[in-house]
Amino acid sequence: MSLSCKDLALEVAARTLCRNLEFTVQPGEVWGVLGPNGSGKTTLLNAIAGLTAPSSGNIAVDGEPISVMSAAARARAIGVLPQHEESEFWGTALDYVLLGRFPHAPAWLGWQHDDEPVAQEALRQMGLVDFSERRYTTLSGGERQRVRVAQLLAQAPRYLLLDEPLQHLDLRYQIQLLDQVAALVRDKHHGVVMVLHDVLWPTRVCTHALLLDGTGGTRAGAAGDVLTQHNLEALFGCALQAAGDKSGAGFVPAI
Amino acid sequence: MAILAASAGAAVLSLFVALAWGSVPLGFVEVAGGLFNLSSDIARDIIWQLRAPRALAAFACGGLLALAGVLLQALLRNALADSYILGVSGGASLGALGAITLGFGIAMVNTAALAGAIAAIAVVFGVTFRNGQWNIYRLLLSGVVLSAGFAALTSLILVIAPSAQVKGMLFWLMGDLSYANNPMIAFVLLLLLTLGAVLLAARLDILGLGDTKARSLGVGVASLQLMIFFGAALATVAAVMLGGAIGFVGLMMPHAVRLLGVVRHRLLLPVAVMAGGSFLTLADTCARTLWAPQQLPVGIFTALIGVPCMLYLLSRRA
Repeated sequence: MSLSCKDLALEVAARTLCRNLEFTVQPGEVWGVLGPNGSGKTTLLNAIAGLTAPSSGNIAVDGEPISVMSAAARARAIGVLPQHEESEFWGTALDYVLLGRFPHAPAWLGWQHDDEPVAQEALRQMGLVDFSERRYTTLSGGERQRVRVAQLLAQAPRYLLLDEPLQHLDLRYQIQLLDQVAALVRDKHHGVVMVLHDVLWPTRVCTHALLLDGTGGTRAGAAGDVLTQHNLEALFGCALQAAGDKSGAGFVPAI
Repeated sequence: MAILAASAGAAVLSLFVALAWGSVPLGFVEVAGGLFNLSSDIARDIIWQLRAPRALAAFACGGLLALAGVLLQALLRNALADSYILGVSGGASLGALGAITLGFGIAMVNTAALAGAIAAIAVVFGVTFRNGQWNIYRLLLSGVVLSAGFAALTSLILVIAPSAQVKGMLFWLMGDLSYANNPMIAFVLLLLLTLGAVLLAARLDILGLGDTKARSLGVGVASLQLMIFFGAALATVAAVMLGGAIGFVGLMMPHAVRLLGVVRHRLLLPVAVMAGGSFLTLADTCARTLWAPQQLPVGIFTALIGVPCMLYLLSRRA
């Protein structure tokens, strides 16, 4: 039971983002992916999700290579929260969340009757009960982000790949979302991989970390080993200082 | 579900009005009797020989245009897309007007229109579909650009054509159902395409979330886009072959139905098809009766009826 990448190489436009990358996400683990802009974090997530083929290497979920899985089976195993929203969606928040149930429905119909309670529960978990009949286009950026997460909860994959899940969220909802992720990992034993952009949260919420430096250099392992001040300063090219006295308190920029 | 019943009711009502109105007005009893071969021979002949084929043609044509509009708005994720965004009407118009200029008969005009429409689809497809992938913005732009080219050539023909031919050309360009006597193929096509589209309804909803999200949910985006493209192209070509370039239905009907609160495709598709069919049937009934015996291009009425209705719906929501 794991999401494993073996010997993974990723290239875009003749630039090597990573090579010989190996890591395994076990259920119950939260992996943080960090790296400077353009270092290939999203490309990596898309490759793990089976949306783009890697230059070489194998990705397998629970022992089965994702390249041979059916699209629906893959969508039940791996869910993605993309970074960019390209959509012009005319329906309500509930309509939006309901679409997450597609991989569970009969293929020829695309929906089933017990979808709605699942979608309502996902909205409740994201604190969006009062928003279910609101039109998606009338929601604020942060509210949309929570609706998008609720859709992923309704999809209920075993492994969640989150690309900058905290974008547009105020501090309260950042904490709530990370609590939600922790609960999924703890109670349902899901595995999570998320791209994060600051150096404070990863040390507090991630059990493991993966650093991409954008020139092919990678570092993967337990959070305590990887998320050191030395590694993060080298990764982002700026000075950091510990955010508190306790170990694992995280870092903030040194000014 | 209530709205599905309401749109079905509108469809029946519009077809009934189309059978009843005309140079010989018929009452409810005569129409019902004529349909079931119970009333006089005259009423039966008027209904079965004259009015029913044209009413069904108008309904099929409107339904096909609305269906293509819904499909292309979903494919292009663009609210301004209509059934002619692929350049189909431009290509067909150019073919038809070229054949009229050269003095060909109705059969050759239709063949040339079909050839023009297919050529437009082929160019748009060939230019934008590369290595099994589609760039939606290129697809949208190439359709718009191609339409502009067709419009220029069409204007050129209108300017240099003998004035006796110009009136017939304008009927073609505005859309006209006077010669639509054989609606059966279009009607069957409408049923089949609507059924197929409804089976893809959940996928069409998900396509609105963007390609990445759609694929991560297990939707085969590339094959879905191909099906939408060719389904919409087929619907538009069939509609244009029946009634010429009838405007406004393909753009307006999907929006009108959405403004009534129907957004999920499994309901939006059938309601929009029936609304489009009813709308064009009524517009065509106006076009052939209001100025009788003079027949007017139905495209004038789709805009004259549609614009105020649409503005009302838009103001209501704001």
